[in-house]
Amino acid sequence: MIKAILIFNNHGKPRLIRFYQYFAEDMQQQIIRETFHLVSKRDDNVCNFLEGGSLIGGSDYKLIYRHYATLYFVFCVDSSESELGILDLIQVFVETLDKCFENVCELDLIFHMDKVHYILQEVVMGGMVLETNMNEIVAQVEVQNRMEKSEVSDVKQGL
Amino acid sequence: MALKIVKGSIDRMFDKNLQDLVRGIRNHKEDEAKYISTCIDEIKQELKQDNIAVKANAVCKLTYLQMLGYDVSWAAFNIVEVMSSSKFTYKRIGYLAASQCFHESTDVIMLTTNQIRKDLSSPNQYDTGVALTGLSCFVTPDLARDLANDIMTLMSHTKPYIRKKAVLIMYKVFLKYPESLRPAFPRLKEKLEDPDPGVQSAAVNVICELARRNPKNYLSLAPLFFKLMTSSTNNWVLIKIIKLFGALTPLEPRLGKKLIEPLTNLIHRALDLLYGMVSKKNLMEIVKKLMLHVDKAEGTTYRDELLTKIIDICSQSNYQYITNFEWYISILVELTRLEGTRHGHLIASQMLDVAIRVKAIRAFAVAQMATLLDNAHLLTGNMQRNGICEVLYAAAWICGEFSEHLENPIQTLEAMLRPKVATLPGHIQAVYVQNAAKLFATVLKGQEGNTDSTAAQETSQLMIDRLPLFVQSANLEVQERASCILQLVKYIQKLQQKDVEVAEEVSALFAGELNPVAPKAQKKVPVPEGLDLDAWINEPPSESESEDEQPKAIFAKEEPKHSRPRHTEVDEKELARRREARKQEQANNPFYIKASPSSQKVYQDTPGVEHIPVVQIDLSVPLKVPGMPMSDQYVKLEEERRQKERAEKKKKEKKKRKEKRSGRGKKQDSGPESEEDITPAHMVDIVTEEMPENALPILILFYFLSVNILLTEMIAFFWPSFKVCDIQGNLQDGSQVVVSVIFENKCDSFLKSMEFNVLDSLNSKLQRPEGSGPHDGLTVPFQLPPGVSNEARFVFTVQSIVMPQKLKGTLTFIVKNEDSSTHEKLDFKLHFTCTSYLITTPCYSDAFAKLLESGDLKGSSVRLEGVNMPFHHLLARICFHHHFSVVERIDSCASMYSRSIQGHHVCLLVKTSGQTVSIDAKCDEPTLLGNVLDEIKQTFSQC
Repeated sequence: MIKAILIFNNHGKPRLIRFYQYFAEDMQQQIIRETFHLVSKRDDNVCNFLEGGSLIGGSDYKLIYRHYATLYFVFCVDSSESELGILDLIQVFVETLDKCFENVCELDLIFHMDKVHYILQEVVMGGMVLETNMNEIVAQVEVQNRMEKSEVSDVKQGL
Repeated sequence: MALKIVKGSIDRMFDKNLQDLVRGIRNHKEDEAKYISTCIDEIKQELKQDNIAVKANAVCKLTYLQMLGYDVSWAAFNIVEVMSSSKFTYKRIGYLAASQCFHESTDVIMLTTNQIRKDLSSPNQYDTGVALTGLSCFVTPDLARDLANDIMTLMSHTKPYIRKKAVLIMYKVFLKYPESLRPAFPRLKEKLEDPDPGVQSAAVNVICELARRNPKNYLSLAPLFFKLMTSSTNNWVLIKIIKLFGALTPLEPRLGKKLIEPLTNLIHRALDLLYGMVSKKNLMEIVKKLMLHVDKAEGTTYRDELLTKIIDICSQSNYQYITNFEWYISILVELTRLEGTRHGHLIASQMLDVAIRVKAIRAFAVAQMATLLDNAHLLTGNMQRNGICEVLYAAAWICGEFSEHLENPIQTLEAMLRPKVATLPGHIQAVYVQNAAKLFATVLKGQEGNTDSTAAQETSQLMIDRLPLFVQSANLEVQERASCILQLVKYIQKLQQKDVEVAEEVSALFAGELNPVAPKAQKKVPVPEGLDLDAWINEPPSESESEDEQPKAIFAKEEPKHSRPRHTEVDEKELARRREARKQEQANNPFYIKASPSSQKVYQDTPGVEHIPVVQIDLSVPLKVPGMPMSDQYVKLEEERRQKERAEKKKKEKKKRKEKRSGRGKKQDSGPESEEDITPAHMVDIVTEEMPENALPILILFYFLSVNILLTEMIAFFWPSFKVCDIQGNLQDGSQVVVSVIFENKCDSFLKSMEFNVLDSLNSKLQRPEGSGPHDGLTVPFQLPPGVSNEARFVFTVQSIVMPQKLKGTLTFIVKNEDSSTHEKLDFKLHFTCTSYLITTPCYSDAFAKLLESGDLKGSSVRLEGVNMPFHHLLARICFHHHFSVVERIDSCASMYSRSIQGHHVCLLVKTSGQTVSIDAKCDEPTLLGNVLDEIKQTFSQC
């Protein structure tokens, strides 16, 4: 199971947090800080998996992350997940973001956190991997965006 | 008044959305907390509004603030309100907020049961989807109990999108409400075979999670998972299933056996990846790991697979990644210890290749091969293992050919003449016998220098004693060689008994070194005109050449021919076939140099080939490793060597970096920097794939001397002259211009795959077939044999025709010769003159007069000086080149008319007196007229 998905920038500012296990807000912030502390010290050429985070799940807990330009994508998972599988999933997720936002950059995530959540919801659901096929993910996101658009224009016409 | 309230709320609605909030926070870096608290006040006001859009916007902003660490649980009720909106947009916002901040102790959750149930059964699948996603994050035991049935129904929904979500959420339901597992399980199991791969993957996911908690309950599903594992192409599913089997095998040991095959298939895929992963840095480490697997591997097939992979990886791109060939030889020798491998031949060919091409390694290789020959009984002891005895072929040849490097040639000679050798396959025995003779020559040379001549005679005696065994061989080749050599040795012995020194002459039998040549090298040398390499130089002999159909004979050319049953009659066709086959074989044989009588001489005289640089680097490794080599020690030594190099490098850091690099092919220069820093300990002599730049001139020169062809012809060969001529505008309606191009092949080679492309301008565009991009070229629909020309037409769309235009274009094509083909490119310019937009149109004089009277036309005139031609020639010229027709001619005065494709009228009045021609012209488009007149002037200035 995936315990949490964290996206933060090179300074540790959260851009998206998604916990699949309840933590109070202050604890969530502490986990973000700890995770940032763990991954930001690492060179880009070292392993993308690490253990040792103490806050979630105790010993059965590992961090799998990827660093893209200014952003860290960190998946906190337990031992039922394969490291390489998750690493691939992060890539799928980022490629999907890139497709949905057309050359995604940190600013897209900053201003459209909600949209990023909606995309993520098509990839991971309740801590379990829902879909790994990028085309399928993008197709579902697009249909929902169209629905939203038509509803918004309905509201405007109604007024 | 009422309108004002509505307006106020709309303003509010668009007052501050999520983006504005984010922007505001970014603009208030100093007092962020204060700014956010005012925002929260605003949000609280917004939540009090009745307008659901305003509420949803407020909740969306709260979700953002929650990420920053603010507790927003106080708005839980508003979130539920937004969740129950009938609009998908707001519902989604509500569920997102709920999934971020609801948890088991959020008391409003119990208010949501009915709303969620309603959403689950919504006709809109995305309402259902959003509800399932939200629920997966905040499902409580109560919700699980109340909704389990609804969700179970959704597992059979018609839409796969809903099915996969419902299947996945069942795991959460099972966790919160374990009683639901038993009734739901059959349906879950059914979903393992759902036609939709997404649903299948979700079911696998859920069962794997369940099995992790309690594996033995899921053993019965093993066959189903096994089937999935062999059929699924989804990596995610495969990973999950393998993890599941990891949990199941301890409980059911029989599973392990079943898993071997599919798992090795996966491993093979991984092995393929390795091929691309190696670099100079990690090659030794990777091969070391693979060797460990070789030792551990149980199945022969898998071990053979590993063996070929190791050799593939090491030999790829001309041993590009090998920095230490001693290490590689050691690896090869270690591989010979594999039992029952089928790849003895592969190992042998690698040994030969390395020993021949890496000169620096020969001494080491010879020592290793001598050890192999000495221990041959270990390899051949078991006839089951005879696949590996192929390496003895290589060992014997290397020891014979490079016998000057042998420490103890007599011992090796002995080893090669042991009676046990006679049990080896014939082709190997033949190499043994031949190379025993080479060794014999070397031994004699060493012994004759001594004062004691008996040693030399004893060696001869040894040969005479042992060879008869081979003379009796059933294998013809062995028999023939042995008897030949036996007679020779007997003769030598006679001479020795007369105290004649023979060593020099015996060695001369095997003098001269074999020089490798890149297989493509010969192809780069064109066959000059008038030279027919297939023609017989002498009268063709009555018998045919032997048909060398011995795929295993690596050095068939080098060994003496033996007689074959003779064919007396061979028809033309058969000869041609053989000629072709021979050519083919020669082309493929890297050691074969096409012989023409003069080239042979040049070859021997030219020092060039000998002087391909072989970098000698002091070896920090001992040249003699006692017994069988251990490749591991090289890994260590290599590290030391690199460290030493690095240290040296630091010292020389100021010096040019290039000096450190070996000046080999381009290939290495393009590697990553860290790669380049590793200098190889030995160099491969010839790069087979890409010719080293400096080798080409040598070979060309070599042909120059022999057949005397001119440099200009050479250049013509590489740069075939090619002409695009005669670009004519053919005009049709409106804005289309058809350009016919005549292609003429003026070179001696076959031209094919021609592609015509023009860089479009704003005004003129080449018409391309539908679906092709604006920069795609058009394929010319024919090929051109030498000297042939053909015409192709291209259609252009032109918008404005009043100005002339030049378009740049390129023609790409492949020049094909008998044995090579090059890709070439030709740039050209396509000139659209204004004239080319004119169409010859007849016009009657009364219509012409009317046109001039209408007053719509603007005038212009031009004078041509020094035109020395009859008036009717002049008119004909204008008609022909500029598409005019003569309306009326009176003496030395004529009126002419033409029309553009876009309907412009062009009228000319041409008068001549002496050598001066004056043209008064009228047209409804002055720019066009000006350009046409310029072009007419141009035409006459050229004559």
